Amino acid sequence: MSELSQDRLDQESRDITLDVRDLKVHYPITSGLTRRVTGHVRAVDGVSFSIGRGNTMALVGESGCGKSTTGRAVLRLTPKTSGEVIFNGTEIYSLDKRELRRMRPKAQIIFQDPYSSLSPRLPISEIIGEAVREHNIVPPEEYEDYLDQVMESCGLRSFYKRRYPHEFSGGQRQRVCIARAVAVKPDFIVCDEPVSALDVSIQAQIINLLMDLRDERRLTYLFISHDLSVVEHISDAVAVMYLGDIVEYAPTDAIFARPIHPYTEALFSAIPLPDPEVKTNRIILTGSLPSPANPPSGCKFHTRCPRAEKECSEITPKTKEAEAGHFVSCLLA
Amino acid sequence: MSNYITARDARRIIRENKRAIDDIEKRLKTLPASARKSVMRDADNIVEFDNLRTHFFTDSGVVKAVDGVSFDVPRGSTVGVVGESGCGKSVMSLSLMRLLQRPQGQITDGEIRLNAPDGAINIANTLPEKMGDIRGALLAMIFQEPMTSLNPVTRIGQQLDEVLDLHKVKLKERGILSDDSKAVIKKRTIESLEMVGISNAEGVYGMYPHELSGGMRQRAMIAMAMSCEPLLMIADEPTTALDVTIQAQILDLLRGLKDRINAGIMLITHDLGVVAEMADTVVVMYAGRVVERGTATDIYKSPAHPYTVGLMKSKPIPGRKVRRLYSIPGRVPNPVEMPDYCYFRDRCEYARGECDEYPPERDVSATHKVSCWRDGI
Repeated sequence: MSELSQDRLDQESRDITLDVRDLKVHYPITSGLTRRVTGHVRAVDGVSFSIGRGNTMALVGESGCGKSTTGRAVLRLTPKTSGEVIFNGTEIYSLDKRELRRMRPKAQIIFQDPYSSLSPRLPISEIIGEAVREHNIVPPEEYEDYLDQVMESCGLRSFYKRRYPHEFSGGQRQRVCIARAVAVKPDFIVCDEPVSALDVSIQAQIINLLMDLRDERRLTYLFISHDLSVVEHISDAVAVMYLGDIVEYAPTDAIFARPIHPYTEALFSAIPLPDPEVKTNRIILTGSLPSPANPPSGCKFHTRCPRAEKECSEITPKTKEAEAGHFVSCLLA
Repeated sequence: MSNYITARDARRIIRENKRAIDDIEKRLKTLPASARKSVMRDADNIVEFDNLRTHFFTDSGVVKAVDGVSFDVPRGSTVGVVGESGCGKSVMSLSLMRLLQRPQGQITDGEIRLNAPDGAINIANTLPEKMGDIRGALLAMIFQEPMTSLNPVTRIGQQLDEVLDLHKVKLKERGILSDDSKAVIKKRTIESLEMVGISNAEGVYGMYPHELSGGMRQRAMIAMAMSCEPLLMIADEPTTALDVTIQAQILDLLRGLKDRINAGIMLITHDLGVVAEMADTVVVMYAGRVVERGTATDIYKSPAHPYTVGLMKSKPIPGRKVRRLYSIPGRVPNPVEMPDYCYFRDRCEYARGECDEYPPERDVSATHKVSCWRDGI
């Protein structure tokens, strides 16, 4: 989908925060004593997208489709196989250790599980403040005040500073994770399923907080989620992933109004609506996600596609622009 | 948030707990046979909860996890139980199965009536050793995480056979098994696996849980739950760990199965969308109590409790864009020191004078009941 990013690049080339071009992440499968490589899990198999400053792009798909790996690869938390990740104008995989360290505070991540992503042995002032000191975000004499200010802006009372993570509820822990991410004044945050582990009413609080922070600090988000109703609420653009590929990419309004790819259609129709009188024409997909180590030939979705035709198993679909800004890889579209 | 207890208080709590638990367990053992039986209020119900109270006697005090819950599960219908984590919905279902962590978890009051084929019984007063005949055969449970609830070192087939083998005498009487031989049991297991949409049932019979995907594992769990044709299947967050597309498959399957074996489903979830789609009647729980119950249309079209309204408003709905999501202010009261006023008062925007007393349940309509002093919202 490189033509896609090229297009958007021309329009807003100076305001692009993240530009990903044909990114691939393959994990080797080894076997035997000699650890001979017998194959590759194609977790991410050539994705391209770009996110403009202050925008939110959502990455949706089933578990195992490679959305979290994409999120980690754009932060260089996992080695890439090929492709480019250009963040604020520099290709991050070309940075040496010192340069990478300088880049780190600019791009942060919020993980899904606020229980396992906070060290149980550190008070939250340390959890939030460690990186602030390490990267000299503020002068030492302003450090304590800055910490209070960050905590307050994330809805945590600053007198909780000396407490440990186990003293907090799930929603508050997620606030700590968010505070940790924004404390180093980042431009870009990967939100990897930040609300999936939370209750509905807490979810709403966290989503509101994320949106407020985005507007105040002009943050750019890559929002990874499988909850489409949350995605519609928070994002400007949506990319749907299936088995390591982006199958459809469009502005949020367009994709929700008129999904083109049969997979997107099925995904959207599977959202249960909180209204007992609405009877949706549900498209129920059969089977589950094929193995990314041995993806189907042709269009990877043809094994589950309700509209698949003979050619779908032979020809790999190219990405085309169905409408302005609405990209889809499907032979039938 | 100060939960510090002095050593003396801790000793006192432990002493009191021990006395309370001993009393409850002794009473259960010495009950007359008549107290274990019961009479259904309505013969069309499979299960009736009547003022159920389940308390946990913990070392930091008594946690009233379920504190006066009453509702009915009619035969062949789906009841959705909605609430946030910690509201007591899972403890309520574990009380029904009598799977509470003993000795600290105890049913302290109330009745759970089960419309068993040979006469109604009171589950709350049934001896723990008698529950073996009921669990699995009449009441079955589908848990949230199929990976942790299936035995990882036993083949799927064996795990399913075990259930049938345990209940084979009763199942023969009910005509579900024609004979109690191993071959007949295996046939029934394979039949159940086929019924839940596993196409390669013979193959799956010999597989271990790790060889199956999440959706397939959940199907195997459902096959296990329905193989004895129970009266009621309790599904505790059955799709929370699954993807939306797999969730749609599983919900579709549950709906179809319910009609085929004419069982009731008690669907426990925090997902309002899933409940709207599946449930005939809905029970909304908050802090161990039922705050509102009614038909799905009652609850979704004219919610009467401020908590229900808040819950609905806080969920983003596809196709209905709002600038900001609503979020209920405040937090759930501390379960050890429950207030004596309406549990929702401190978070409620409609709170007023009467709210100093916990509101009784009142009728909004014939099917719709709410525990709130307000008339409509």
